[in-house]
Amino acid sequence: MARAITPRKKIMWTALSWGIGLLIFFPILWTFLTSFKSEATAISDPPVWFLFDWTTENYTTVLERSNYPLALMNSIVIAVGSTILGIIIAVPAAWAMAFVPGKRTKDVLLWMLSTKMLPAVGVLYPLVLIAKYFGIMDSRILLVMILMLINLPIIVWMLYTYFREIPGEILEAARMDGASLKNEIIYVLTPMAVPGIASTILLNIILAWNEAFWTIILTTVNAAPLTKFIASFSAPEGLFYAKLSAASIMAIAPILIMGWFSQKQLVRGLTFGAVK
Amino acid sequence: MNTKRILRGTTVGLGLIAGLASVAVAEEITIATVNNGDMVRMQALSSNWEEATGNTINWVVLEENVLRQNVTTDISTGGGQYDVMTIGTYEAPIWGRNDWLVSLNEGMADDWNADDLLPAIRGGLTVDGTLYAAPFYGESSMVMYRTDLMEKAGMEMPDAPTWDFIREAAAAMTDRDNEINGICARGKAGWGENMAFLTAMSNSFGARWFDMDWKPQFDSQEWADTIDFYLGMMKESGPAGAANNGFNENLTLFQQGKCGMWIDATVAASFVTNPEDSTVADKVGFALAPDNGLGKRGNWLWAWSLAIPASSQKVDVAKDFVSWATSQGYTELVAENEGWANVPPGTRTSLYENQAYLDAAPFAEMTLQSINSADPQNPTVQDVPYTGIQFVAIPEFAGIANQVGQQLSNALAGNQTGEEALKNAQALTVEEMEAAGY
Repeated sequence: MARAITPRKKIMWTALSWGIGLLIFFPILWTFLTSFKSEATAISDPPVWFLFDWTTENYTTVLERSNYPLALMNSIVIAVGSTILGIIIAVPAAWAMAFVPGKRTKDVLLWMLSTKMLPAVGVLYPLVLIAKYFGIMDSRILLVMILMLINLPIIVWMLYTYFREIPGEILEAARMDGASLKNEIIYVLTPMAVPGIASTILLNIILAWNEAFWTIILTTVNAAPLTKFIASFSAPEGLFYAKLSAASIMAIAPILIMGWFSQKQLVRGLTFGAVK
Repeated sequence: MNTKRILRGTTVGLGLIAGLASVAVAEEITIATVNNGDMVRMQALSSNWEEATGNTINWVVLEENVLRQNVTTDISTGGGQYDVMTIGTYEAPIWGRNDWLVSLNEGMADDWNADDLLPAIRGGLTVDGTLYAAPFYGESSMVMYRTDLMEKAGMEMPDAPTWDFIREAAAAMTDRDNEINGICARGKAGWGENMAFLTAMSNSFGARWFDMDWKPQFDSQEWADTIDFYLGMMKESGPAGAANNGFNENLTLFQQGKCGMWIDATVAASFVTNPEDSTVADKVGFALAPDNGLGKRGNWLWAWSLAIPASSQKVDVAKDFVSWATSQGYTELVAENEGWANVPPGTRTSLYENQAYLDAAPFAEMTLQSINSADPQNPTVQDVPYTGIQFVAIPEFAGIANQVGQQLSNALAGNQTGEEALKNAQALTVEEMEAAGY
């Protein structure tokens, strides 16, 4: 029997949810406001909220000083490319682990996850030397490969968890109907796991979009994504907070918009299998 | 008919060759630099060089620490991604010694006058007679103070104050009710943050990082005196949360009128006197960094400089750019476009003989005196086996100083005593230096 929720409680919970939501959103709001201030207003004390001379000068300066379209395109190619490649590799891997587990499947899964515990800088020099050897420094293909490898454990784990929720009997029935392994994965398993795969894709695009260590160190000009674009506006000697805010807003806007439009899939995927 | 055809053919051919030659001469170079005001200006003005030479530049502008990580990885692996790098006086001698940089003793433009460079700055970028980087702008540190608050406190700032005077003046200027802190100084942990300030300060207290046998000296009385003085002064007259304050945080406080005095980089002078950003622009005075009567002042020396990595394939074009950007001509170009107050300071003697610059920059004389009083070859009262004033020019220094900086920042935050911080600093430095084979 469902419990009755009193209007008072409803208001309280709604207010609390809004409060938490706004608290989390506050840094983005503040960055957004700062991006329209002059450098002097950006550091004024007490802080000015809305009543200041709004200016788009910071955006103009940022666009003049750097190649935003190229950085945006690089971010899109690197984030989407690495995620798609990761999914192509991870779907069969997760299928095998979920439906035909071996004696050591659990160990393999844990080992994969353990690679995430290795500090990135530990493999910096070998990777730079390998990239140099193949002549692919500062190229999109290098970043796609590296970010795919970095996120692969997470992709496999997420897909494995979703696949486990799908009854194996359905796949068995497909097999009895004469479906080949390829058809079983493409036409039976994948459609059922669409919410899970969609949320895995979205989360990994966000992870790849925000990855800053490798994307900054392995690129110079041609493959430099938005992470490097932001880094170019941070200054230890000089106050350029307004310009830095403008650059940050320009860098997060695409992913924010994508997240907004796909929030249904994201939430559905994240709660997939949570309620039986 | 035939002659005409031959002539036409020859003309077309020559035209093509000339066209190809001009294409072949035009090069594209990649320059890594920091996002400081002077560098951003150079980026904007570099189109002049591009137009004059036909070459093009790819700019990679990064935050200082990110840049350092990027270029260090590139240069140590011979990556060859950059043709010109912006480096400081810490990296130049170490990388020069490793043969990672191209010598600038020869191949620079004819009108590029090396003898005009300030001797202290030139010395910091030279190893065994070879200049490895051309200084773009130089800085030392000095005292910036509020003339109105000093007057209100009934005191007068001498040109060359002592630490005792600074502490006394700071206490007199402090007005907690009106959020005025007598002294602002770096407290944020990091080798280029609080350790730059504290290492330079310790020099004036007679302290040193290592003795002639490379034994760490944090257990010496001189270091105890330095830290005791620093913590005491900051507790009495420093801002709340000083352990988190670096250059930018203190700049904000000073510009908002919340600091009586601020001891930091000379380059800050142009920021705090700029009426567009600073609320106290017309009330700022300058003095040399303090001393303790031991013959060394607590000021540092730093020069953001342009160097060419040995892995560059375009050394000649890179040298042409470095010559242009660090020449007297470039200074005049900046003056023409942005005014004399905005030219990159602290690298050339001729700039300080230029009356137009001296008139436009009230901080010019103090900057020059501060730079000239710094001697990276003999930075301390006692003898040391290293060069560098606010750093020790060995590769291990940055890592060790980051950890020592954390200890001292913790002490400033009140999480441990100065004595404990120094004890930990000594232990970790001994361990690191032994591991490094000293």
